[in-house]
Amino acid sequence: MNRSSFFQCARWFTLLGLLVLPLVGCKKESDSSGTAAPVAGAEPIRVGEYASLHGSEATFGQSSHNGTVIAVEEINAAGGLLGRKIDLITDDNQSKAGESATIVKKFISRDKVVAVLGEVASSRSLEAAPICQSKQVPMVSPSSTNPDVTATGDYIFRVCFIDPFQGRLLAEFAHRTLKASKAALLSDVSSAYSAGLGKYFREAFEKNGGQIVIEQKYASKDKDFRAQLTAIKAANVDVIFVPGYYTEVGLVVAQARQLGITIPLFGGDGWEAPELIDIAGAKNLENTYYSTHFSPEVKSPLVEKFVATYKSKFGAVPDAMAALGYDSAVVLFDAIKRAGSTEGPKLRDALAATKDYPCLTGKTTLDAERNATKSAVIITVKDGKFKYLETVEP
Amino acid sequence: MPSWLNRSQLLLMATLAVVGIAQSLSGRLDSYILSVAMGVGINIILASSLNLINGFTGQFSLGHAGFMAVGAYTAAVLTGRLAPQWSPLFGGQVFLLFPAALIVGGIVAALAGALVGAPSLRLKGDYLAIVTLGFGEIIKVIFQNLEFVGGAKGLNGIPDYSNLLWVFGTAAITVYTVWALLNSSYGRGFLAVADDEIAAEAMGLNTTRYKMVAFVVGAFFAGIAGGLFAHLNNSINPSGFDFNKSIEIVVMVILGGMGRHIGVILAAILLTVLTEMLREFGDYRMVIYSVLLILLMLTRPQGLFIWPTRKAARRQNA
Repeated sequence: MNRSSFFQCARWFTLLGLLVLPLVGCKKESDSSGTAAPVAGAEPIRVGEYASLHGSEATFGQSSHNGTVIAVEEINAAGGLLGRKIDLITDDNQSKAGESATIVKKFISRDKVVAVLGEVASSRSLEAAPICQSKQVPMVSPSSTNPDVTATGDYIFRVCFIDPFQGRLLAEFAHRTLKASKAALLSDVSSAYSAGLGKYFREAFEKNGGQIVIEQKYASKDKDFRAQLTAIKAANVDVIFVPGYYTEVGLVVAQARQLGITIPLFGGDGWEAPELIDIAGAKNLENTYYSTHFSPEVKSPLVEKFVATYKSKFGAVPDAMAALGYDSAVVLFDAIKRAGSTEGPKLRDALAATKDYPCLTGKTTLDAERNATKSAVIITVKDGKFKYLETVEP
Repeated sequence: MPSWLNRSQLLLMATLAVVGIAQSLSGRLDSYILSVAMGVGINIILASSLNLINGFTGQFSLGHAGFMAVGAYTAAVLTGRLAPQWSPLFGGQVFLLFPAALIVGGIVAALAGALVGAPSLRLKGDYLAIVTLGFGEIIKVIFQNLEFVGGAKGLNGIPDYSNLLWVFGTAAITVYTVWALLNSSYGRGFLAVADDEIAAEAMGLNTTRYKMVAFVVGAFFAGIAGGLFAHLNNSINPSGFDFNKSIEIVVMVILGGMGRHIGVILAAILLTVLTEMLREFGDYRMVIYSVLLILLMLTRPQGLFIWPTRKAARRQNA
């Protein structure tokens, strides 16, 4: 064997090693989880959670996941359900389209989960929902607000309010509190959430006698909104409605203030993230409002306990996504307890019968369309801090 | 061997037969394995068809996900929304309706390929890359704004028609077509364009036309892969066909070795299975994936599955 062919061989072995490494790695990992999970004899109840732990909606996904983890730990500390522990299996879809379907197929056929939790983003919930429906595995979405998600079928539930309700309450808020009659709409065309919320706001706002004078659009990951904002400034409106996610909203707010736009900007629960303040700057966020599901300032023993646990575990104040992540899990656990079984159809019926269950985000009742009816809160920003403004009942 | 079949055609027939048998047994496989397997097949189609453009013809296209999107949406609309209007043509038979929808999807994608190709294939190298990149983004934005196909919410409730037979049958046909095209006397022109465009032109080859043919054929198969993907996932979303998807396919081609048939197929299999296997690592999944890619490129810059064939060695010595 000459020198060069020796090196060629060596390279091939390195390569082979690299390829085999991950395989060996995952083998071990799955073995250890297989032996560690079953506690006290009984087989654990497996619940699958698909979440956006990385990528564009990572903040939401992680908060929601943290909330779910707390719920699982609490129930296991209290002895589990039906004499069995809960085993939460989490998989990351990196906020990418096309991943969630595969993950949920894996949950159902390999991990044999009894129910699925997820997702924060409506477009990805819509991807997973048909699979859960056809396999008769109940799915509970923590915070997908688009109406179509639960319309997929009778196995799909959610614990948050839906966009038509949010759009209506924001329109009323603009009309009543902000005294606006002329509004501008700046929505994200690449997001189902934003386009939907914008549409419902427009319908309700116009019904209240208001007028959408100008509508501008952007796409997620855009960085410069000056063109749209300049057009809005020229239209001379009272308020600007931005139904987007915090990443873009932060920049929109900062650039609006730079252009000398001082009128209120407001939006929906997509604004909710501590990063909003970092991105937009505390001063720019004065006179902005958003509606959301939850405020840690609400006085209730349930909320106070959750906030304390969350702070000690993750070193941060929980946001609405965390509360909804927690709620989605406890509503599911309550249904498993009432059903006395983990079979899909029984679990579905128990979930559908959820009535006035005390959640962090208010008493939750699931209606005939498997949507939650519950109250919303309006948050404003004062001196770089989120401030609870008011609660709006449905 | 019958005289009217050459070796590669025999191989194609054998593959189709094996896939047929696999399909009849697929009821016993669990649906996750099945969907990963079909993901592999779809990626083989995508990588092989891109290999014709990027590998063999030496162009650099970054718009493959765009063609995939065109095919996916066309096929999904035909089997979903428009099924009541045109499925009677096929007597309502899925085994006729589905391939027809796939082929129409492929044809529309090919038309899109021709539309982009006609003005831009006169460009070379980096410029073409940028035009195709722009095309991919335009396609994505168009679908995001088309309310008819669900806009940003994506198109949902697509019927579950993809199975092993369709996916791997198409994959085998794609690989065979690309192979047969390149081994025909006409197809040698693709290699000539890749080797030296000026020399090829001097020899009287219409290089723009060759590039165009490669582009259109590549787009056609990408469109079919999109259709299969739509009927596998039952739901498509414009953001799933973004720049990153195109890059994923380009990575398969580069890793497999530009302009190698088997290498690119193996790379498509490896990368698809690898991303699924790394799921166990949770947070570190993408880090490990990227590190593996970097290491692979450092150790095998010529492509992962390239070994000097006797022919290549002879070429090198000459």
